[in-house]
Amino acid sequence: MSEACTSRELMIYTISRLLKGVRHVAVGQSSPMPAAGAMLLRALNQRDGLERVQVSILGSVKHNSFTGGAEELFDCAAQGRLDAFFLGGGQIDGRGNVNLVGTGDYPNNPVRWPGSFGSAYLYFLVPRVILFREEHSLRSLVERVDFVSAPGVTDETVYRRGGPHALLTNAALFSFDREAGRFRLESTHPGYGWRDIRGTTGFAYDNEQCETTTPAPDEATLALIRGRIREELRECYPQFAGNMPGPG
Amino acid sequence: MTDFVTPQEMAEMIPSGCKLGLAPDDYAAAPGLVRMLIDRGIRDLHVVCAPIGGMQVDMLIGAGAVATLETSAVSLGEAGGAPCFSRAVRDGSIRLRDATCPAVFAGLTAAEKGVPFMPIRGIIGSDVLKQRDDWKVTSNPFDDSEKIVVVSAIQPDIALFHAPEADRFGNVRLGRRRETMLLAHASKRAFVTVERISEVSLLEDEKTAAGVLPAIYVSAVAQLKNGGWPTGLYAEYPRDGQEVEKYARAARSPEGFRAYMRDSRNAA
Repeated sequence: MSEACTSRELMIYTISRLLKGVRHVAVGQSSPMPAAGAMLLRALNQRDGLERVQVSILGSVKHNSFTGGAEELFDCAAQGRLDAFFLGGGQIDGRGNVNLVGTGDYPNNPVRWPGSFGSAYLYFLVPRVILFREEHSLRSLVERVDFVSAPGVTDETVYRRGGPHALLTNAALFSFDREAGRFRLESTHPGYGWRDIRGTTGFAYDNEQCETTTPAPDEATLALIRGRIREELRECYPQFAGNMPGPG
Repeated sequence: MTDFVTPQEMAEMIPSGCKLGLAPDDYAAAPGLVRMLIDRGIRDLHVVCAPIGGMQVDMLIGAGAVATLETSAVSLGEAGGAPCFSRAVRDGSIRLRDATCPAVFAGLTAAEKGVPFMPIRGIIGSDVLKQRDDWKVTSNPFDDSEKIVVVSAIQPDIALFHAPEADRFGNVRLGRRRETMLLAHASKRAFVTVERISEVSLLEDEKTAAGVLPAIYVSAVAQLKNGGWPTGLYAEYPRDGQEVEKYARAARSPEGFRAYMRDSRNAA
């Protein structure tokens, strides 16, 4: 038996499950785990003889075939050529609103994060946006975000084919119901129960007393993460890859 | 005509108070020349990040050179948040124009095409929109039932970036970095630092010509080897992660930032 699956490996595997069926997934800057999850889906599909997955990692030379510059991602999204993308968020609220700007009042936020990046646009256009926030706490998952970088739901006068699909943290997985504009607890990760999630989530959601545990990868998948995926990550995320378990 | 100048001369040619367009770290950022701008005491810049900023922008802010910052984000990548940027936001010492990446590209595209604005999907319902008096919600002129955002043109006075290669005619090879091409097209003038200067025209080889910014747009070229250090140059050399980490740690305090700038100059 190899070393047990780490929390990060569980999240990488879960991301690959959430991406099942996509043809083209893009990953933004500073997102090593979403990049790993997308690479894992590509590797698993290849291994199992399933549909080829196009992975576009922003900032990568090897794992990015765009020749039209950084704008091409956004043009692809607007045309429906992109099936999945990831957004983080210093704060995420129960309506699926994402805050990448900061806490407190704008513009002189006492805590300032980098900024909205492409969120205010991609959230409207990419069918499967996976919200990924490692920290599961009352300060990251809030009732109402302090600043809306990108809104979770929109009225029918605005063109929108994309939006939140799921929310993944280091403790749990939620799905998002776009009609209701609410999250639903789908599973809790090993070591966490539904009460832990209730106590550390600042917003209301459905299926509170969820007893399902997030499935862990099998040995072969874990070996793939520790081998091929770790190597593929090195180009853009040398520090992150260096901290992952694996040979050498 | 493209002027061939020294990096020091190029730094003198960029005036305080101008609207300066900069490329992202890891792609075509020019931290080498930006250091020279700081050393010569440039002030009151309106910085346009196309579309995000990194270490060079954080250094400009820390040095007190930025009055207005138009950006979709400022980050040091794996080294974390941008410390001088966060501090300036808290203090209110810079005027912020928060954006979203494709809106910056749309504004630059409008300038490139010489039209006053460009429509763009999404954004409605975002607080980013509420803060921008130069973005408006309008209805689709061909379908009144649909609302759409328009952003006004963004035309920097000067685009400054670092590239692998220019030729002696002033053509600059950017390869796949088309967002830098867009920035140069949209700006009144482009100033470029390069690793190498080729004697042979870069337009001669049809295989690479499409990735070349023609001299029409290029006002000045300066050879500055390693001009992308420490944040890297696309497809040429990677970021020096240790150096960026070192900066990130030092710049947590204003004193640490000043010490880093002083010591790294002496080392250079």
